[in-house]
Amino acid sequence: MNQHEPNDWKKYIIVLFITSTIFVAGLWIANYFNNKKIDQLKSIEDKISLDLMSSETQFSLLQELSCKDVSSTVLSSELNSLAEKISYSETNLGNNDSNVVSLKRYYSLLEIKDYLLMKKITERCGQKSIFILYFYKNDKCDDCTKQGYVLTSLKEKYPDLRVYSFDYNLDLSAIRAMTSIYKVPDNLPAIVINGKVYSGFQTIEEIEKTFPQLETIKVPEVPKSKTGATSTKVKTTAPTTTQSAN
Amino acid sequence: MDSLYTVIFYVFSFISVYVQIFFLVTFFDKRRHIKWSPNNIELSSYPTITIAVPVYNEESTIIKTVESLLALDYPKDKLKIFIVDDGSKDNTWNVVQEFKDNPNIVLLQKENGGKHTAINLALEKSDSEFFGCLDSDSFVHNQTLKRIMRYFENDPRNMAVIPSVLSHDPKNIIQNAQKVEYDMGVYIKKMLGLIGGIQVTPGPLSTFRKKVFDDLGPYKKAHNTEDQEIALRMQEHGYKIDYCPDAYVYTNTPNSIIKLYRQRLRWIYGFIKNLVDYRHLLFRKKYGTVALFTLPTGLISILGIVFVFFTLIYNFIKFTYIKIIQIQTIGFNNFFSLNYKFDWFFINTRAMLFLSIILYILVIVSVMIGRKMSTGKANFSLSIIYFSIIYSVIAPFWMLRAIYNSLISKESSWTFERRVTPNN
Repeated sequence: MNQHEPNDWKKYIIVLFITSTIFVAGLWIANYFNNKKIDQLKSIEDKISLDLMSSETQFSLLQELSCKDVSSTVLSSELNSLAEKISYSETNLGNNDSNVVSLKRYYSLLEIKDYLLMKKITERCGQKSIFILYFYKNDKCDDCTKQGYVLTSLKEKYPDLRVYSFDYNLDLSAIRAMTSIYKVPDNLPAIVINGKVYSGFQTIEEIEKTFPQLETIKVPEVPKSKTGATSTKVKTTAPTTTQSAN
Repeated sequence: MDSLYTVIFYVFSFISVYVQIFFLVTFFDKRRHIKWSPNNIELSSYPTITIAVPVYNEESTIIKTVESLLALDYPKDKLKIFIVDDGSKDNTWNVVQEFKDNPNIVLLQKENGGKHTAINLALEKSDSEFFGCLDSDSFVHNQTLKRIMRYFENDPRNMAVIPSVLSHDPKNIIQNAQKVEYDMGVYIKKMLGLIGGIQVTPGPLSTFRKKVFDDLGPYKKAHNTEDQEIALRMQEHGYKIDYCPDAYVYTNTPNSIIKLYRQRLRWIYGFIKNLVDYRHLLFRKKYGTVALFTLPTGLISILGIVFVFFTLIYNFIKFTYIKIIQIQTIGFNNFFSLNYKFDWFFINTRAMLFLSIILYILVIVSVMIGRKMSTGKANFSLSIIYFSIIYSVIAPFWMLRAIYNSLISKESSWTFERRVTPNN
């Protein structure tokens, strides 16, 4: 009478098998969607690259290109939304995910190309654009997070301000070339405005004070919705952050 | 930090999914063995039974409890009801005098000594073949006893049979949330009953062969959860405990968060302390399912809920911290910015999300099966939502407190619960 029911080992094993299957399925579904997202990012990058090349070619071909036509080729909003997506993927897949790293490299190159092209256009057409190159790192840099907020906020205020952000530690020769040209120190965050480097955290007021010419590109206060259309928010998620913007 | 968190998350969710699948597989494997009682059961014999009703400060519910026992469809000459007043400070003793001339009822009064002493007094005075105990905040269905006794008749190995404890007339959100838990409990306990894994013979009319106490001794204090201890003692000695899903007992559930907190603190504290006392059972295959499955997964579920709670707190603090930094840096510029465009890209597709959804669905399935088993209808209701919210936000507090109390051995007593809630 004092006997337990015999242990049903077979059931323990079957349940383990079913549970593992469910787990693998869960991981597989997640992986499937993540790959879809990576593919989407790759195709956006390809499209931007194509558009940039086309603008460059146009620019070289037609020396007398009217400035009005050029500005319509500017890809800022696309680069911005790409930045948000890469930043999101970075938080979800991790900084070291090989797909994320390669997307970031490609993105950084696109930024540099856009920067160079825009600089030429600005010079030629006498536009009042101001460029900020922003160098940050993801690890142990609270000030970088804050600097990201500041730059996002500045961009909302001055839609013609062009912010290009670069991960200082990203293994990319083009970024290293830029850091050596502008002599960017490793005391991050660092920003380069119109060729001059400022390292350490800069508040909105400091930047505005240093660059009174920002006032000249300030957007009129009233049409708020229009501001939203031209400038996209820089997505910043502490502590692992890609402060990226255009 | 993040990867450690991920590993812990996967371990907990793997075990949780395992537990739910384990019950489902048991259900599909054994569902033929779940026997429903016909409407008019006639037993081949009606053995004598004593039902003890320990009372402490329950003047308002005791009459209804005893009346439900008197209405039981069971030969009156075979049924004795012992009302044991455990030194109540209210009017309970006077109230129960109403029954003093009833030949089925024996009134006993003693100094306050705790619930187990009240039941043991009844046990001492009882000479019936069977012994049951009914909490004085519960009421029985009139067929319940017959249905329980049928289980004993059909399987002589059954040494204890526990009934379906359902929530009596849930009124507010807190009680409706508990109803979901009790409904799910019907299914879970039946499954455990079928495979010898029951770890508690709850106060509302669990019924024993008297032999159990003759062989194993009376109830013990057992950290104020004598109903858990006796079940573990029985499992230790290989005494079979079964579960009768259509023997209904309705219990008054706590109607406020604080009362629920006190009740659960006692349960979880008792679970942990009894688990420590009976740790020699753990993972020993000769003790069967209770040792290999019920106790380990019970402990893991406590830790799991605590883990989920800390995750919520961590995320909340992190979110607040980010917002504060943002405000400090740029003021309220972007605080309420609503210029988010919908993009499917930003829908979370992490494995954690899918696994959580699967787990949630499995829990809902358990509730539905439990409802189907207890009422015959598997309807979905909003209370499942309250259940998950209340239990994930509030349960961690009693779990944590119970863990803390068991570390410092601070007991929460039956009388303490009733002193603060005299009507319940």
